[in-house]
Amino acid sequence: MDGFAHQIIAGIATGGIYASVALALVMIYQATHHVNFAQGEMATLSTFIAWSMVEAGFPYWVAFAATVMVSFLIGVLVERLLMRPVQNAPVLTHVGVFIGLLLIVGNMTGWIFGYTTKVYPSPFTSSGPLLGGLISAHELGSTAVTLVVLTLVFLFFRYTSLGLAMRAAAYNPRSARLVGIRVGWMLALGWGLAAAIGAVAGMMVAPVVFLDPTMMTGILLYAFAGALIGGIDNPLGAVIGGFAVGVLENLAGAYVVGTELKLTVALAIIIGVLVVRPSGLLGRVVTSRV
Amino acid sequence: MLLEVKGLQAGYGQTHVLHGLDFVVEEGGVTALLGANGAGKTTTLRAICGMVKTEGDITFLGERVTGRATEDIARRGLAHVPDGRGTFMELSVEENFRLGAYVRRDPDVRADFERMFEWFPRLKQRWRQQAGTLSGGEQQMLAIARALLLRPRLLLLDEPSFGLAPLIVQEIFGIMRRIREESGVGILLVEQNANLALELADRAYLLETGRIVVSGPAAEIREDEAVRRSYLGY
Amino acid sequence: MSASENVAIPGTIPQAMPARRGMPAWQVALVVLGGLVVAIAPAFILESFPLFQLTMAVIMGLAVLGLNMVTGFNGQISLGHGAFFALGAYATAILMSHLDWSFWATLPFSAAVCGVVGYGIGFPALRLGGLYLALTTFSLAVAVPQILKHKSIEDWTGGVQGLFLVKPDAPAWMPGALTPDQWMYFVAVGVAGVCFLLCWNLIRGRIGRALMATRDHQTAAEAMGMDTATLKTRAFAVSAMVTGIAGSLSAVAVEFVAPDSFSLMVSITLFVGMVVGGVASILGSLFGGLFVLFVPNIAEAISKAAPGVIYGILLIAFLFILPDGFAGLLRRIAGRLRRRG
Repeated sequence: MDGFAHQIIAGIATGGIYASVALALVMIYQATHHVNFAQGEMATLSTFIAWSMVEAGFPYWVAFAATVMVSFLIGVLVERLLMRPVQNAPVLTHVGVFIGLLLIVGNMTGWIFGYTTKVYPSPFTSSGPLLGGLISAHELGSTAVTLVVLTLVFLFFRYTSLGLAMRAAAYNPRSARLVGIRVGWMLALGWGLAAAIGAVAGMMVAPVVFLDPTMMTGILLYAFAGALIGGIDNPLGAVIGGFAVGVLENLAGAYVVGTELKLTVALAIIIGVLVVRPSGLLGRVVTSRV
Repeated sequence: MLLEVKGLQAGYGQTHVLHGLDFVVEEGGVTALLGANGAGKTTTLRAICGMVKTEGDITFLGERVTGRATEDIARRGLAHVPDGRGTFMELSVEENFRLGAYVRRDPDVRADFERMFEWFPRLKQRWRQQAGTLSGGEQQMLAIARALLLRPRLLLLDEPSFGLAPLIVQEIFGIMRRIREESGVGILLVEQNANLALELADRAYLLETGRIVVSGPAAEIREDEAVRRSYLGY
Repeated sequence: MSASENVAIPGTIPQAMPARRGMPAWQVALVVLGGLVVAIAPAFILESFPLFQLTMAVIMGLAVLGLNMVTGFNGQISLGHGAFFALGAYATAILMSHLDWSFWATLPFSAAVCGVVGYGIGFPALRLGGLYLALTTFSLAVAVPQILKHKSIEDWTGGVQGLFLVKPDAPAWMPGALTPDQWMYFVAVGVAGVCFLLCWNLIRGRIGRALMATRDHQTAAEAMGMDTATLKTRAFAVSAMVTGIAGSLSAVAVEFVAPDSFSLMVSITLFVGMVVGGVASILGSLFGGLFVLFVPNIAEAISKAAPGVIYGILLIAFLFILPDGFAGLLRRIAGRLRRRG
């Protein structure tokens, strides 16, 4: 029974990572109706940036904060330089640019930092077992960090004027321009935020999976699955979906299919959700009258 | 002069819709832009806001704004209730209000909210409701309120009567009469319902296939048998 | 960038062999003869390794053609065609190494398996469309090696170790003594040639027009009475079949299959080949094959990561500057020459 409880709690801890990446995906999807296939690679690059700062002797949280900011800037730059020129192009072009970005970022990371696996520290340590050994300090800490990030993002979108403007630009760019919102910059800002959230996810997962250039590929799949479960245009749904996928993955890995088919579980969830309920299990229905 | 348009040409892709319009909108008061379906009324409003490819001279508050980005033109004090109303359906009435005043940094925003409630008491009752769930009339009111919250010098209104029941249309035009008197905003009104528009307007322009064919004080046009019969059809 | 340029990709009209239109018979004969000489000559000029590379380029071109059939001509974006490539390769490898079938006997079987699986995937694809299909196929591509490694099928697939096989020998009736490499080259060119001709024939006719109409404007295509669902699932089947055949050829050409040879990178390579060669271009697929084989080989001299980075940069550069690929560039040059002459 303890094993079962541990699987669920560990699932929630990894689920938080998936939830963050899923949220990053949904943010870009909401604004541009595109799925950033390079989200995982961008997060990995961010984590390597953090790693090199930690290696250079910076305190953990300084490296953390600096990485979040640098990642934000990278996200903004990517939108301005790569996405903006093709914003009216067909879907195939967008998919192509995302794949190009994935190739460039992923391989640059390997080129600069090498392909050997690296150890990334966790800021959370404890002398004894927590909750009777059910959860490790890092699992608890990273879940807390994830929840803090998600809460901040929620508060930002719900209560700040800038957050409202970003939502308006995503829902209805034409009208957003008419009230004076600079829609182009809102998209860039969305990319920046997504990259920053992805960076946090990367830094939280790196101590668990170890740091190498392909660290996030599988995680991206789970984030897809989480985002789809929640409905890909629903940020809160994506977060819940991410946690659900984390638990599901852990239970399936422990009791059903074993760890060798974990990615296939993600694939099955993706296909299952898309075929059975394309709008997501938590997909919201917008009522409108004309 | 609030708005001065000279030799305005605009269109979509290869198709030209407007072939050199000249007209002005005076400070305060209502200017009506009338014409049949496809005459180019909506395109004229879009051209003023920089939403379509445009040539010619558009001068707003003494400054040439042709070719500027829509958001820059809005920030100069030009609000537009486009066709289809441009309401943020997924957001609440409150959030639509906040967006209307998005570019304003002055402290009077709250007071302006109250002013809108005076003009549109129905919106106060719907404050927390999702805009998409409002009735058509309420959505039109919300659209006008949202545009006014920009505190514009000029308000462009695209067919505020469209798709609404006659009683609601009466109500909205009644409110617009009040706004005209109490706010001092200049209004450029596009309408298919010429009778209704000419009652409200001070000046009017008649548009036919992208050209202005008649212009003058609204009262005169209303009295002109020939114009009424050949262009307005009533 | 104007709106008309933006739609350049889906709007590209296939002109597989524009030079042939309206040419006198002797010129056609000359072109065919010239083509044959160009196709055959390398077998006798090149050393063994470059010949092997050229063989692989032809095979990759065929795989890109498969992707082009469904993504380029029919607009269903697949980022997972490496899965069909793997399926074809494993079908051939398993039949040859476990059941001692000859290579030629495995080809129709592998094609059929891939066609059926492609047809099956075509159905959920109908409901997904656009981005969701790209996302799902991307996930499939990521999951492929893991599935291939799984214990339950290890007896057949050889697990992580993979399977070894041997190139077919040249048949005894062939004149001269062809080396296995030379023979493999002819096999690849022959099989690919047949597939290219069949696809070209399919695309230039009624079905091709229907596929492209479905891609460009599904609603209009339906209004004109086209059964777009059937068209799309069958396009997926044909596409999977062609890419699967390429997989079969690659298995014997490399004489080895293993799960890690079929990573996400294969699917991405095919996608890059399609864009660089020319989306919705038959001949462009061949350029794509040459590109994805030779560019990484050159780039690898710089760094292990260089091919990926160069792929990525070129992919984006092509999408920005030459959205209709090499094939489009050649068409434009040819058009300019014709106008001048």
